[in-house]
Amino acid sequence: MARIDLDIAHSYRANPQQDEDYALLPLKMSFADGGAYALLGPSGCGKTTMLNIMSGLLAPSSGTVKFDDIDVTQLSPQQRNIAQVFQFPVIYDTMTVADNLAFPLRNRKMPEDQIKKRVGEVAEMLELSGQLDQRAANLAADAKQKISLGRGLVRPDVSAVLFDEPLTVIDPHLKWQLRRKLKQIHHELKLTLIYVTHDQVEALTFADQVMVMTRGRSVQVGSADALFERPQHTFVGHFIGSPGMNFLPAQVDDQTLVVAGHKFGLPPGSALPEGELKLGIRPEYVTLTAADDRTALPVNITQALDIGTHVLLTGQCGDLAIKARLSPDQHAPACGDTVWFGVLGSHTCFYKNEELLP
Amino acid sequence: MITTKPVNQKAWWLVLPVVICVAFSAVLPLMTVVNYSLQDIFSPERRVFVGTEWFALVMRDEELHAALWRQLTFSLAVLTVEIPLGIMLALAMPAKGWKSSAVLVVVALSLLIPWNVVGTIWQIFGRTDIGLLGAMLQEMGYDYSYTGNGTHAWLTVLTMDVWHWTPLVALLCFAGLRSIPDAYYQAARIDGASKFAVFRYIQLPKMRGVLMIAVLLRFMDSFMIYTEPFVLTGGGPGNATTFLSQYLTQKAVGQFDLGPAAAFSLIYFLIILLLCFILYNWMQRVGTDSKEGSDHE
Amino acid sequence: MNENRFQKRTLFLILYIVFALLPIYWMVNMSFKTNEEILSSFSFFPQHFTWDNYKTIFTDPAWYDGYINSLIIVAINMAISITVALPAAYAFSRYSFIGDKHLFFWLLTNRMTPPAVFLLPFFQLYSTLGLMDTHLAVALAHLVFNVPLAVWILEGFMSGIPREIDETAYIDGYSFPRFFLTIFLPLIKAGVGVTAFFCFMFSWVELLLARTLTSVDAKPIVATMTRTVSASGMDWATLAAAGVLTIVPGAIVIWFVRHYIAKGFAMGRV
Repeated sequence: MARIDLDIAHSYRANPQQDEDYALLPLKMSFADGGAYALLGPSGCGKTTMLNIMSGLLAPSSGTVKFDDIDVTQLSPQQRNIAQVFQFPVIYDTMTVADNLAFPLRNRKMPEDQIKKRVGEVAEMLELSGQLDQRAANLAADAKQKISLGRGLVRPDVSAVLFDEPLTVIDPHLKWQLRRKLKQIHHELKLTLIYVTHDQVEALTFADQVMVMTRGRSVQVGSADALFERPQHTFVGHFIGSPGMNFLPAQVDDQTLVVAGHKFGLPPGSALPEGELKLGIRPEYVTLTAADDRTALPVNITQALDIGTHVLLTGQCGDLAIKARLSPDQHAPACGDTVWFGVLGSHTCFYKNEELLP
Repeated sequence: MITTKPVNQKAWWLVLPVVICVAFSAVLPLMTVVNYSLQDIFSPERRVFVGTEWFALVMRDEELHAALWRQLTFSLAVLTVEIPLGIMLALAMPAKGWKSSAVLVVVALSLLIPWNVVGTIWQIFGRTDIGLLGAMLQEMGYDYSYTGNGTHAWLTVLTMDVWHWTPLVALLCFAGLRSIPDAYYQAARIDGASKFAVFRYIQLPKMRGVLMIAVLLRFMDSFMIYTEPFVLTGGGPGNATTFLSQYLTQKAVGQFDLGPAAAFSLIYFLIILLLCFILYNWMQRVGTDSKEGSDHE
Repeated sequence: MNENRFQKRTLFLILYIVFALLPIYWMVNMSFKTNEEILSSFSFFPQHFTWDNYKTIFTDPAWYDGYINSLIIVAINMAISITVALPAAYAFSRYSFIGDKHLFFWLLTNRMTPPAVFLLPFFQLYSTLGLMDTHLAVALAHLVFNVPLAVWILEGFMSGIPREIDETAYIDGYSFPRFFLTIFLPLIKAGVGVTAFFCFMFSWVELLLARTLTSVDAKPIVATMTRTVSASGMDWATLAAAGVLTIVPGAIVIWFVRHYIAKGFAMGRV
């Protein structure tokens, strides 16, 4: 187990000129020993690149990777003693399940009796005990992926275990179960786990700290709560939450805030700079207010969806669409109604150049 | 478990064209051969049914036994050289870029040369006076002569076959290797697998299908080899390179009548069939459900 | 260590390529010499460089017709092989039916019939049908070894395509022929390319059947080449030039399918 410090940049091209040439823009990050982390972002954002740099499958084009202050940038995955689980199951077809699990240990010349014990434990954890003597090739996809997970977890002394969207091929109900299993394993073994995914639910339920990435850049690192309440970047607002944050173009002129042609006083205690900015508010925090409320905008409801746990409203204000989530016990307006949405409050965030204003 | 295929007898309709084609170009001639093998033909009008007499005659032929033995040794040698060499070649071939394309084409060249030309090239190539191979061997102090020395002739035919056909094995294996996803190699690196373990547990199992085609094709074709040694050595010196099909042709054209030749043909066909059947079944079992033998290293 | 191993591999590859190219080089070398030079002395390069052998081939219809005939035969054979093999391979890869396993092996057995065995029956069969000395006769005879191989290779490629694709198409209301031609075929075009290459290869170089079934009009180049043996001895030089020219069409075909081969195929369950 180790603390991992990254100070890297990576490009698959020889001479990167502009930002677009980089798969991973220069970034610094520290993963604490024993932590559970998630790297969250859409496909192509550089998260797998980052994972492969950590495991040593890929050498960064510049910068260093340190494990407990030791520079490991040039070391192989084996020397780094790291485990990694891939998106699609990788199993050794000709071996039994037990031999598959034992493979990383045998390669490291662990005594056979210890291997047997360790394989037994891991198989127990992943509920593979009954299948140990079967040929791995004949199993279903999710059992194969469990074997892949098992090979990642079987070595007791690894620096960290890296997961690259490991649950893609798993059925939804099993997915949930396996995620809990991983969480449980994390508590038992105190391993450093780093988990790559594009699924926010997976990331937020699994990890203590989530790193949100887009276009080769890390835009925010924080707890689930922080990502939800104070997105540091409009991308985080968009990406996290369902639906994502509402962003309304706004302007500050002469100590007044103008949104969609409506004028508001500046929120108390905030020092918003003059000029263009964006107002961000989560649909969960949009409220129905009385007409002419000083924090609200008039909207024409164009869609009202009852999703059981809540009602999702879409309101049109000029050419802006604003989404709101109401609890089902509130009286929801119908399509075509004109109501007032409260958009200014303690949960409202302001962004300039896509970055959160303090 | 791999999902089982649905049962659908209508699928026969899809197979029918192939069956008709093959029946026309293989079964009809085969029936003719069977017909001949049971008769003594004096002329198209006068034929006598002789039952299994020709078969008995052929089976007792000492020279046939010798030819069969030579054939088996040769085919076995072909497999033991070409399969490992082909695998090694496939592993050494570059995977990407123009180098890959260039090597692929260069390696495949020998497959595209008509078989009689192959024999002719080697006939010159092996001559000590005007051929590169022969001249080189003589330069190195060997008293090489593929026309005078049986062992030399046999080795020359083998070398020619290796030169001619190893590319087939290599191309198939190369394609098999390229179908392995990168994740397997990455996982192996993470698991700390040695180069040998990567070969033994990833590359070899993934090449199983293509290797099976390669082994069967090479076995069948080497068992039926005719044109190349015929052109190169004419079966000699003595009988050193007279393999089965050449022996058959000699007999059919020279000494036998049609009947014994047909009987010989059938026996020949049955031998290949039997050997391929054994090989096919054995290879299907290797690496699938026989746990013993494949997991002990 | 990695570096070292890489070099060993490259060295092995270079050695093999030298081994592969030397006989071909010798043929090319011979094709630019005269017969007298070939037989009289040993030399790495032609001492009296000449294009005459190639000129002979390109000006004598007996020679260049051989190439045309060969190309026609191979084209017919490839077309028939692939056309009949496609539905059969689909059936083998998608359905079980009575006797499927036996049928599959039976198909393979046809590849095992030594051509020498069938020369006479073939001759009689095609004489009876009046097909002697036609392109079609040779193309049909070559089906014996190409169709089984084509079915085998295509089946391997098709097994790699998930069956859900078929089912989705049927649900979307595609008829079988339309589904097969517009959806399925593009998915396995790599397989078709590889199969075409193998059919080409085996049909292009086959001599015995081709020689037996043709005499003048449809005589393929391989058979034409055997006529260089004459009373005055072998015409080595022309034969070498003809040999060099036989490699060209195949090299073009493999250039076209190289990406399909380099993309890889595994022949999952055989």
